[in-house]
Amino acid sequence: MVHERVMEKLAILADAAKYDVSCSSSNSTRKNKNKGLGDASGNGICHAYTEDGRCVSLLKILLTNHCIFDCAYCVSRKSNDIKRAAFTVQEVVDLTIGFYRRNYIEGLFLSSGIFDNPDYTMERLVRIVKKLRLEENFNGYIHLKAIPGASAELLREAGLYADRLSVNVEMPTEKSLKLLAPDKNHIDVIKPMEFLKEEIVGYNEEKKKNYKTPLFAPAGQSTQMVIGATQENDLEILGMSNYFYEKMNMRRVYYSGYVPISYDNRLPVIGTPVPMIRENRLYQADWLLRFYGFNVNEIVGFDQPNLDLDIDPKLGWALRNLDKFPVDVNTADLELILRIPGIGVSGAHKIVAARKFKRLQPEDLQKLGIAYSRSKYFLAFASPFQLQRDLTSIQIKDHILNTQNSKYKNDFSNQLSLF
Amino acid sequence: MTQVIYDSTFEGWLTAVFEIYEQKFEDVVFAKSEVSNTLLFSERYFVETDLQKAKRVLNGLKQKLSSEGFANIYKAFLSEIDKMDETLFQYVKYIFSSAINVEDDLSNSPVLEVRKAAYLTGRESHRMKAFVRFKLTKDNLYYAIVEPDCDVLPLIEKHFTNRYADQRWLIYDAKRKYGIYYDLENTTSVQLEFNANSNSSQFLAEISDDNEEFFQNLWRQFFKSVNIESRKNTKLHLQHMPKRYWKNLTEKIPNLKK
Repeated sequence: MVHERVMEKLAILADAAKYDVSCSSSNSTRKNKNKGLGDASGNGICHAYTEDGRCVSLLKILLTNHCIFDCAYCVSRKSNDIKRAAFTVQEVVDLTIGFYRRNYIEGLFLSSGIFDNPDYTMERLVRIVKKLRLEENFNGYIHLKAIPGASAELLREAGLYADRLSVNVEMPTEKSLKLLAPDKNHIDVIKPMEFLKEEIVGYNEEKKKNYKTPLFAPAGQSTQMVIGATQENDLEILGMSNYFYEKMNMRRVYYSGYVPISYDNRLPVIGTPVPMIRENRLYQADWLLRFYGFNVNEIVGFDQPNLDLDIDPKLGWALRNLDKFPVDVNTADLELILRIPGIGVSGAHKIVAARKFKRLQPEDLQKLGIAYSRSKYFLAFASPFQLQRDLTSIQIKDHILNTQNSKYKNDFSNQLSLF
Repeated sequence: MTQVIYDSTFEGWLTAVFEIYEQKFEDVVFAKSEVSNTLLFSERYFVETDLQKAKRVLNGLKQKLSSEGFANIYKAFLSEIDKMDETLFQYVKYIFSSAINVEDDLSNSPVLEVRKAAYLTGRESHRMKAFVRFKLTKDNLYYAIVEPDCDVLPLIEKHFTNRYADQRWLIYDAKRKYGIYYDLENTTSVQLEFNANSNSSQFLAEISDDNEEFFQNLWRQFFKSVNIESRKNTKLHLQHMPKRYWKNLTEKIPNLKK
């Protein structure tokens, strides 16, 4: 490798890839084979965290930031005046292996701008993964972008060597996509997703019958939406997510708060803060859908299409449904305990395990690490001396907001500041 | 009161547990032979590590616990939290005195303490899987230095053996002065002493592979490039990468030559 040039390319192409949020490296089943290099089974591992607190698990780069498209929200858009670069196939392979052997990473996340045409681009990406798997006997994690418009043959080949494939839907609605990415069609994104879903399901069925069936994208597929660049409400966004989870067997939907990078007047101006709180609330809602048994209609609806920014969506649901509370954790079903604000998935399981030994009291919950100050408004304890005061949902919300110490607190203060 | 003195190994502690039951000691405190500060007014009892006895205690525990609960005892021991040997003994007494599995009885203090200690060790062993940074030497050895709070090498050995099956590597715990070494066939525990000059840049340049420094710089560059300045969140960064680990993390050590 020519040292200076590779260093420069890495700077450009890692910088260009960083707006892709996914850095997960879990959920694959690929094991070390024939005493080769790497093992992608087991939990994901974050090898480092950036100064903005995000996980660095994979060598996340673009093959090139040359692109024939001109999507307004994208830093690599054709009309943007930035430095361009492209890795060779061998350079990506050497970087991946060199980083992996030093335990810097769990594997490779490879995306690319679209140069020439989709098939040409996809073919290069596939060539890299093939080389890693077949020549280097590399069994680490590989997340590959499926380029919209690439042929079925290439996508299938990609699935045979990668652990995860993803196509970014980018915009929550077709209207926004048309507005900001005139070269792209919604259907171009949906089609490869459907194709991958069918293939993944097909290979899984086959695998059950014949264990020798090769792996096909064992860590499934994911997608990403840019949040806050356009006018969608949370109902539209979460509705889209729900569709992906239910209809596309999507493993993850990522939300990427728009980082202003353009003077384009269709977009928020440079200097507009990244909508980090909203992004955070969307992830919380996403978790409720996937792990807490919530239905999307319980979180957002036509009567309230946006998530509250000042409280989390689970507390929001509880305050709208006070008739479901108080709940006695000593007798309630796990599903109901999961719905109590301040109790998470592991907390709920701990409660169900610990209550076999004794009737749990408030101090027991505190010991278990439950956020009791938050959950107490929703809990019933059969103690004759404790009077349950009937608080309204507004009172509860005020109590909680006054006692919690959110880093966003200043953004929500009801008090007018004088100076 | 009896002061039970063992050799600070897990097997030694298990032997001690066996003998406390055998000798019917009522009131015990544990002490490790390397730091045996004598207590006034107490009997001293020396334990000779006996693998047979250790195994009998382990078998007894295995029957009373789930596989996870069983593994947690070893993890809690490795946490090296002050007086964990005593807490663990309280826990073991509770386990043997009950007819049912008590590992989930988290409102009981020793049960909770042990669970917490096991969690701590578990978290740090996960972190070490992440924070080991191998450096390549001229004779093709990938070596890394770590200084974890808990004694986690026994817990991460398998992970690294599965993963780096085609390269020789050594992970050295500078705090406890021992390492695990994989020679392309087996992983073994090795005792060695690094000399004081081993951190001088001249020495490192002499032993390092020609491309080693380049890769370290590539990694630093990558780490810098993936950061998004407008989302800066130092609190979160520090929560995930506590400062005590920085001195062995390539990306957190500035390149002095630049």
